[in-house]
Amino acid sequence: MFLAWGRLCTRSCRPKFLKTVGASKILGLSTSAKMSLKFKNAKRIEGLDSNVWIEFTKLAADPSVVNLGQGLPDISPPVYVKEELSKISAIDNLNQYTRGFGHPSLVKALSCLYEKFYHNQINPNEEILVTVGAYGSLFNAIQGLIDEGDEVIVIVPFYDCYEPMVRMAGATPVFVPLRCKPVDGKTCSSSDWTLDPQELASKFNSKTKAIILNTPHNPLGKVYTKEELQVIADLCIKYDTLCISDEVYEWLVYTGNKHFKIATFPGMWERTITIGSAGKTFSVTGWKLGWSIGPKHLIKHLQTVQQNTVYTCATPLQEALAQAFWIDIKRMDDPECYFNSLPKELEVKRDRMVHLLESVGLKPIVPDGGYFIIADVSLLDVDLFDMKDSKEPYDYKFVKWMIKNKKLSAIPVSAFCNAETKSQFEKFVRFCFIKALTLHTRLHWQMPASSPPGSMLPASTLPYRCLAYLPPRFGRPDPG
Amino acid sequence: MRIILTPLLTPCSLCCLQLTMAKRLQARRLDGIDHNPWVEFVKLASEEADVVNLGQGFPDFSPPEFAVEAFQHAVSGDFMLNQYTKAFGYPPLTKILASFFGKLLGQEIDPLKNVLVTVGAYGALFTAFQALVDEGDEVIIVEPFFDCYEPMTLMAGGRPVFVSLKPSPIQKGEPDSSSNWQLDPTELASKFTSRTKAFILNTPNNPLGKVFSREELELVASLCQQHDVVCITDEVYQWLVFDGFQHISIASLPGMWERTLTIGSAGKTFSVTGWKVGWVLGPDRLMKHLRTVHQNSIYHCATQCQAAVAQSFEREQLHFGQPSSYFVQFPQYIQRCRDHMIQSLQSVGLRPVIPQASYFLITDISDFKNKMPDLPGAADEPYDRRFVKWMIKNKGLMAIPVSTFVSVPHQKFFDHYIRFCFVKDESTLRAMDQKLKKWKAELMP
Repeated sequence: MFLAWGRLCTRSCRPKFLKTVGASKILGLSTSAKMSLKFKNAKRIEGLDSNVWIEFTKLAADPSVVNLGQGLPDISPPVYVKEELSKISAIDNLNQYTRGFGHPSLVKALSCLYEKFYHNQINPNEEILVTVGAYGSLFNAIQGLIDEGDEVIVIVPFYDCYEPMVRMAGATPVFVPLRCKPVDGKTCSSSDWTLDPQELASKFNSKTKAIILNTPHNPLGKVYTKEELQVIADLCIKYDTLCISDEVYEWLVYTGNKHFKIATFPGMWERTITIGSAGKTFSVTGWKLGWSIGPKHLIKHLQTVQQNTVYTCATPLQEALAQAFWIDIKRMDDPECYFNSLPKELEVKRDRMVHLLESVGLKPIVPDGGYFIIADVSLLDVDLFDMKDSKEPYDYKFVKWMIKNKKLSAIPVSAFCNAETKSQFEKFVRFCFIKALTLHTRLHWQMPASSPPGSMLPASTLPYRCLAYLPPRFGRPDPG
Repeated sequence: MRIILTPLLTPCSLCCLQLTMAKRLQARRLDGIDHNPWVEFVKLASEEADVVNLGQGFPDFSPPEFAVEAFQHAVSGDFMLNQYTKAFGYPPLTKILASFFGKLLGQEIDPLKNVLVTVGAYGALFTAFQALVDEGDEVIIVEPFFDCYEPMTLMAGGRPVFVSLKPSPIQKGEPDSSSNWQLDPTELASKFTSRTKAFILNTPNNPLGKVFSREELELVASLCQQHDVVCITDEVYQWLVFDGFQHISIASLPGMWERTLTIGSAGKTFSVTGWKVGWVLGPDRLMKHLRTVHQNSIYHCATQCQAAVAQSFEREQLHFGQPSSYFVQFPQYIQRCRDHMIQSLQSVGLRPVIPQASYFLITDISDFKNKMPDLPGAADEPYDRRFVKWMIKNKGLMAIPVSTFVSVPHQKFFDHYIRFCFVKDESTLRAMDQKLKKWKAELMP
């Protein structure tokens, strides 16, 4: 009844409202034009409304689709991590606000852990900030340190939020692509993709405020070598530039590779923000906790952003994270330590997925780190005739075809590129392998090895139905 | 290579040299907003032994059992709740918020188009400002105000325009009440210009505890419509209303749903401030801009906290309007805490302004200002700040100076008020009584 009354009042009040508008007439604008001006978005978000995930999440929402697009685990976090959170949920005073820049026991644990990797002690209160996921750290760093008119170097392909975040800060992203130089006869690996040092140097100038580095890299899985990082460090120092280093996959490094922290290179601590993620460290993406580590003179600006955006992060999750860290900090050399056991587990899944993709005629780029594989799909030469009029890049069309015809979803790699470089990457598609082996098995059934390339069996002939790994009531998550 | 040695910029550093950049480090959007008034007071209170903390706005007692159980269920149930959920809100939460508030606002609310879950109401405010306020836009803020409204306006490049609530004269000996504090309609109307983008309403108000009446809201509504202004309404204390007063959401008034963003807080609703779950409700044409900010700032909120809030709302929906409802029981309990505090403060000559709602009351310290005008502090430091520091050190009680909630030019009009939080456990209130008893004894000649 109240609903009806409200609507009735709106109708009867409208004529009265129009009569009282005088200012708009003075401005020479009609009421509706003036209204639409006022309700327009702020300029900072102009053109940033579209999001590749929304389109592909919708397409992949069909429960019969094997979803290897989304960047989240469908394996359980470690038992002790879940147990800590369970214990903490019973503790009363952890239901109220904690320290804005990071729960004391968490920043202490982070300081203790990361001091092992840095040459200096890390002040938990001044050199660490806990944020809403690594995503929040990226946002705080960019909002805190990047100004209108600044240039920020972004390496292509890039985790898709870097470009819109830089633009939202009023700065200009300057792109430089990784380029592939494969060695003949060898399986293609992420280490074949490198930056051309001269090309990279040409992107730096006096307006360059920062470079965003992501190692291990999403989507390629590249783990930057010491030499590659030294080239970047030299340029940062030469051009007096900051480095925002997104190291969320720092523990997910496979045999024969080592993760290096650019902040530990000479001259780099004072100009680097290093970002980490609880979600990727402990397979708890839904906890949305991340952190920034850096010198006080940089972190204080991220803290200013924090106190004017979210103020503080969730208390019980921070305490549980701290406890989980203490467990693993005490056994860093133990194979049972999750920082050691998870990469071992994922290397098996990586190898299995590489094999599966190869067996159906795709050409995977074996990643040295992270939890994604990109694969060259062009050799399949799939008939996309019915999409020939679409202006979308090839990989977008391929993934849509694959979802529809093969009940398999992935993410087109050109989604991680700026407009100008999409064509360089449009034959690649990204698969996530931090999935249960049963999902890999279903993938195997969906893409049997015995079929010649280009003739994958239609999904309707499959004896298995792919089950959604989330009950419908939770909704399909939006991927990272 | 440019190296600037600037030891002056880093006074804390004991290293002999600190390399810093020749370029200015921080973005200009941080100018004037880096100061944090809370840090100083929290630090002071922690340094002094045995201080009763009545400053900060969070309960020091347990949340209701059903909320605790909901969280326990969320963290020990399906392991996939440890992973990302939908960016704009965990579906069972957006669904229950849509249905719960749809009834209250008299509006069809679509969980996908009209609801956004944020990191606390604080996150909701930030998202709204960033989505809609542009360089040069004016934002009207009612004083005294929750202190983040001003820096959030500035960070978005906006210009805050202040209009003060003022107390009408009261009979001598009669206690002041938050309902006595009002906006002057002519003065309010004069603040609206063609550059006014948004009006920030906070009802119930922090720190005053004022509940805006229907007439007051209708005035605000008519000005917003006349000048085509967006109303951002912070209603976090909507359930904590006392003495039979009624909270009214301005979005339920005619013509207002289409121009209002209504902000709520799980923290204040269920006494779980540490879960950091908030929300915004509004029309799609405004909400889509908030979604753009959200997807480019934090993207998702913590899944399990949202699951727990959803379950808590589901419970309340079943009990709504009944004596067993937390929204009935909790304000009754807190009203008693409020009354206890009022009596105790009056016993030492403090003059509390009786709040109609919220977690807080403000107290007139004029008598103390007259008797002790020269308390230690910086030259331009408002009296109430100096009084609170003195009170922490000498009386073992912490409150928050009300000038924290006022624009700098107007601080002199509010420097004889301090804010207390009464949403505290019985034992805290008894500890407060002990301190006040001692204080009273010291006042005796």
